[in-house]
Amino acid sequence: MSLIQEDRLERAAIPALPGPSLAGVEDYLALLKPRVMSLVVVTALTGIVAAPHGIHPVLAAISLLCIAIGAGASGALNMWWDADIDAVMARTANRPVPSGRVTPGEALGFGATLSAGSVLMLGLTANWLAAGLLAFTIFFYVVIYTMWLKRWTPQNIVIGGLAGAMPPMVGWAAATGSVSLASAVLVAIIFMWTPPHFWALALVKSDDYRRAGVPMLPCVAGPDETRRQILLYAIALAPLGVAPAFIGLGGPAYLAVSVGVGLVFVQRAWVVWRVREGDAARRAAMGLFGFSLLHLFALFFTLLAEKALGVAALPDLLGGWM
Amino acid sequence: MADDDERGVVLTEEQKRRRRSRSLAIALALAALVCLFYLVTIFKMGANVANRAL
Repeated sequence: MSLIQEDRLERAAIPALPGPSLAGVEDYLALLKPRVMSLVVVTALTGIVAAPHGIHPVLAAISLLCIAIGAGASGALNMWWDADIDAVMARTANRPVPSGRVTPGEALGFGATLSAGSVLMLGLTANWLAAGLLAFTIFFYVVIYTMWLKRWTPQNIVIGGLAGAMPPMVGWAAATGSVSLASAVLVAIIFMWTPPHFWALALVKSDDYRRAGVPMLPCVAGPDETRRQILLYAIALAPLGVAPAFIGLGGPAYLAVSVGVGLVFVQRAWVVWRVREGDAARRAAMGLFGFSLLHLFALFFTLLAEKALGVAALPDLLGGWM
Repeated sequence: MADDDERGVVLTEEQKRRRRSRSLAIALALAALVCLFYLVTIFKMGANVANRAL
């Protein structure tokens, strides 16, 4: 017998059954963290396209879909586990689970189903190395970052950032069946980019994090130390961002763009380090946060554009000079 | 009161609308999965899809 007959839910028969769900399709889409997914799509696509030998475009598109859904699934599992934190932070209080539109069980079921489905589908579509890397990425984000590091150490987003950095390597593995130094460099760029990106936001939202009990660096080590570390990471990121031009991934346009955005990133981090009081400090931090998104998209879009236009990599153009 | 118990939980128009949209999304997702499995089969096997002993 169905639990639902016409417009009636038999709650009395199953007391544990929650009330009729108010969740709309948009709430389930929100569980997938679409803005994070867009970053994953761009970086994973770059991994697929930059790989030396590709797979059929249709299989590449399905692989990309699997990687994006896997990333979205880990976002849903993150929202399931972190609903208590999200509820007390202004930035996240309206997410589907803390707002009550989606129950924690629904988020768990949704995330777990999509996780398993995306990994299996990627294995069938591309290869099992890529599927294994996707499974590792989901596990790292949900278990290592969300369940363990996030509430335990101010290095949470440094180590946990590996999960967000993995998509180019998953894409590369989907295309080639292997991983390489070049794919590791793409991972390293996102890994090094993650701390200054999140700490710039945490500088502004530190009260939120403190209220939620999340040991973000500004809450534990103070804003000055956070500013110092943002600057150090920005300085380390600049040459790393240029590296793809010298290992056969990027061409002259990539070299120019990576040098340009890398220098602006350092300059903005310098401003954040120098301006420490009042509204100007807040503007500087949010400016760096906004620019960091532009910075990452610029690097990966340029790599994609060069591949699409058939621009040769810099070492090929310079021949024996490098 | 007894009449309410008999009728159980009555969905509001908003709840009905959202349930309908969820059902449609599930149907579309299932249809998309069918297409995906078909495409993967065809593009993985290529010409071999028709290569079998009679």
